[in-house]
Amino acid sequence: MIPELGTFCLILALCLAGVLAVVPLWGAASGRTALMALAAPLVAGLFTFVAIAFGLLVAALVGDDFSVQYVAGHSNSLLPLPYKISAAWGGHEGSLLLWLLILSTWALAVAVLSRALPLDMRARVLAVLGMVAVGFLAFVLFTSNPFARSLPFFPSDGADLNPLLQDVGLILHPPMLYLGYVGFSVPFAFAIAALLGGRLDASWARWSRPWTNAAWAFLGVGIALGSWWAYYELGWGGWWFWDPVENASFMPWLMGTALVHSLAVTDKRGLFRSWTVLLAIFTFSLSLLGTFLVRSGVLTSVHAFASDPSRGVFILGFLAVVVGGSLLLFALRAPAVSRHASLRLLSREYFLLINNVVLLIAVLTILFGTLFPIVADALKLGKYSVGPPYFNAVFMPLMMVLITFMGVGPLLSWKDTRDFNARKLLLGPAVAAVLVGLLFPAAYGGAFSWQVALGAVFGGWLLLLTLVDIWQKLRPGRRGLAGASRLSRSYWGMVLGHLGFAVLAFGVTFTSQYSVEQDVRMAVGESVQAGDYQFTLSGVEPVRGPNYQGDRGTVLVSRAGRQVATLAPEKRRYSAGSQVMTEAGIAAGLFRDLYVSLGEPLADGSWAVRVQVKPFVRWIWLGALLVAGGGVLAVTDPRYRRALRQTQRAGAAVAAAGTA
Amino acid sequence: MHPVRRQRLLIVLVIVVGASLAAGLIFYALRDNMNLFYSPSDIAAGKAPVDARIRAGGMVRAGSVQRPADGIEVQFVVTDYAADLTVRYSGILPDLFAEEQGVVVTGRLGGDGVFEASEVLAKHDEEYMPPEVSEALKQSGHIPVKP
Repeated sequence: MIPELGTFCLILALCLAGVLAVVPLWGAASGRTALMALAAPLVAGLFTFVAIAFGLLVAALVGDDFSVQYVAGHSNSLLPLPYKISAAWGGHEGSLLLWLLILSTWALAVAVLSRALPLDMRARVLAVLGMVAVGFLAFVLFTSNPFARSLPFFPSDGADLNPLLQDVGLILHPPMLYLGYVGFSVPFAFAIAALLGGRLDASWARWSRPWTNAAWAFLGVGIALGSWWAYYELGWGGWWFWDPVENASFMPWLMGTALVHSLAVTDKRGLFRSWTVLLAIFTFSLSLLGTFLVRSGVLTSVHAFASDPSRGVFILGFLAVVVGGSLLLFALRAPAVSRHASLRLLSREYFLLINNVVLLIAVLTILFGTLFPIVADALKLGKYSVGPPYFNAVFMPLMMVLITFMGVGPLLSWKDTRDFNARKLLLGPAVAAVLVGLLFPAAYGGAFSWQVALGAVFGGWLLLLTLVDIWQKLRPGRRGLAGASRLSRSYWGMVLGHLGFAVLAFGVTFTSQYSVEQDVRMAVGESVQAGDYQFTLSGVEPVRGPNYQGDRGTVLVSRAGRQVATLAPEKRRYSAGSQVMTEAGIAAGLFRDLYVSLGEPLADGSWAVRVQVKPFVRWIWLGALLVAGGGVLAVTDPRYRRALRQTQRAGAAVAAAGTA
Repeated sequence: MHPVRRQRLLIVLVIVVGASLAAGLIFYALRDNMNLFYSPSDIAAGKAPVDARIRAGGMVRAGSVQRPADGIEVQFVVTDYAADLTVRYSGILPDLFAEEQGVVVTGRLGGDGVFEASEVLAKHDEEYMPPEVSEALKQSGHIPVKP
C-alpha cells in the first residue's frame, strides 16, 4: 500500500507542477495578480508531495519491503540502518527522487526568501522551476519509478547496496552534489524569467547572485567530497581520474565559476547582460548533460547504474527542449535588452572577461574529451578512450593563464584604472613567486622538477597578490583591523575563494609530483621503504563485520627509526553478491598522508601490497572547501537583502503612486 | 578609435587568442592520448599497431592467470574465443578481476605479440560487462554465456 501511495504523491506533484508551469506565467503575461500569487502555494504543494514520496521510499527501505524492486535491488536486511536510509539515493530511481526533492526544496526556498521580488518576476521564476520539475517528474514516473513492485513473486532478501557505496562519503556526496547541480536551476530560472519579462537589468543580477553563489558552493563541496571518497574508498589513492562522470560534475562547476564572475560585472557595471544570461543557460544545460551522461548508461564507470536506452532518449529530449527553448527565447528577446558601454584594457571587467573566456575554453576542451569517445562510437569511427594525460595537458596551461590574470584582476578598478603602478604592485610578488618556485623543491628536500616549480610560482603569485590586494584595500584609512570590517563580506568571500584556489594549486602540484607509490609483494614481517618512511607488515588477521568478512593487515610505519603510525588496511568480501572491496589504511596529516592497501593474497601466504606516501594531498580538499567557503561568505553579504528590501519599497511606492 | 569599435576589437582579440589557444592545446594533447580499442582477433590479424598506446580486452581465460614465485608480475590470457592475447602486467590487479570475466587493458603491444599492460580495468559485476568486450565477443560470434 505504501509504495502505491508514493506513486500517487508523485502523480499529484506532477499535476501541481504542470499548473505551476503554466498559470503564473499566464498571470504575468496578462497582468492578473491572483494567478501570479498562485505560484508560491503551488510550490509549497509540490514540495510537500515530493517530500512525502521521498519519505515513503525511505520507509520502504527501512522496513525491508523487498516487494519494491528498488528496495530489493539496493538494500538488504543485514544492511546497517544509516546505509538503508542512504540507499534511497544509492541507485538510479532513488537518486532521481532525491534530485526532485532538492529541486522542490530550492523552489520553496526561492518562494519563501524572495517575497520582496516584484510579483511578476517571482511568478515567472517559480513557473520556470515548475517546468523543470514537470520534466523530471515525468522522467521519474514514466521511465524510473522507484515504487515499482515485483509482484507476486518477490525475493525474500535484497541484493544489497553496492559495498563501494556503504560509506559516510556516499551519505553526503550525492546530496551535496545535487544541491549544486539542481541549484543552478535557480539562476537559470531567473535568467529565463528576466528574458520573458524583458527585465534584464542590474537588479536582476543582484537577485540572482546569492542563489548562484550558494549553488556553486554546494557543487564545489560535492565535487570535493566525491574526490575524497574516491581517494579513501576506491582503495588505490587516486583523487581525480578525469572520469567522464567526474567531468560531468566539473564542467557545470567551471561554467558556474564563470557565471559567478560575470554576474558580478552585470551587477556592478550593468555590462555583459546577454552574456550572463547565456552563461546561466549553459551552466544549467551542463548540469542536465551531466545527468544524461550519468543516468543514460552511455558511460562505463562506477557511477553508471543500470543502462536503459529509453531513459537516455528521454533526458536527451528534455535537454534538447531546455537548451533549444532557452536559446530560442534568448535569440528572440536578448537584443532588446543588450547595451553598449566602453570597455578598457586595465579594468576589472576586462580581466573578468578574460576569466570567462579561459573558463569557457576549459569547459569546451573537457567537453570535447568527454564526448569524443561517445560520438566516435556512435559514428562507427572506432572505440576510443581519451585518457587523463589529455585532460592534464589541456587543463594545466589554461589554469596557469587563469591564475596569472586572477592575481591582478582584484587590484584593478571598475571602468578604468588610471594610476595603476604595475612595477610597484606586481614586480615584488612576481620576483617572490619565482624565488619560492625555485627554492621550494630544495626546502622540501625533493628532487627539482619544473612542474613543482611552476605550481609553486603560480600558487605563490596568486597568494601574494591576494595579500597585496588586502593590504591595498585596508591602507587608505590606515585603520588596520578596524578597516577590515569596512570591506564587504562579498569581498572577503572573493579573497577566501582565491586563497583557496592557491592552496588547491599547491596541493594538486605537490601531490602529483612528490607522491611515492610502490606495489610490492610482502610476507608477514617484511619491510619496504617508500620515501623517508619504512612500512612493515606485522600481521594479517581475519575480521568479521555485520555484512562482510575479510582480512585485516597491520602495517607499522616508521621514519628514521621512530614509529609514526599503525595502519590497518582491509580486504573485505561482502556476503550478498560476494563483492570484494579494498579498504585502505590511511594516516592523514596536513603535510603528508601515509596510505597502504592490500592487493590480493599470493600463493605462499604473502600479500600484494601497495604503499604510498602522498605529500600535501589534504591541501586539495582543504583548498576546495576554502573556495566553497568563499561562496558561502558572499551569500551572507547583507547587501543582497538590502537590495531586496529596496526593491520592495520601490514596488510599494509605485503601487501607492498607482492608487493615488 | 571609436569606443564601440575599440571594445569590439578587444573582445574579438580575446576570443581569437582564446580559440587558437584551445585548438592548439587540443591538438597537442590528443597526439598520444587517444587510445583505440582492439579485440584479440584484431590483434591476431595484425590490425593493431606495435608499440603504440592502445587498449585491448575480452574475457580472462580460465586457468591462464600465472604469478611467479616472487615479485608481483602477473600474466594472463585475454580471449574473445576466436583468438587469444597474452597480457603481462606488473602490479596489483583490481578487486573485480577474475577468470571468466570481462577485462579491458591499456598498454603497448610488443614485437613478440605479448601485450604489456600499464593499466587493468575490470569495472563490472555479474550483469555488467565493458561494452567494448561484449561487442568484441559478438563480432567473434561468441555471445558470452553466463555461468
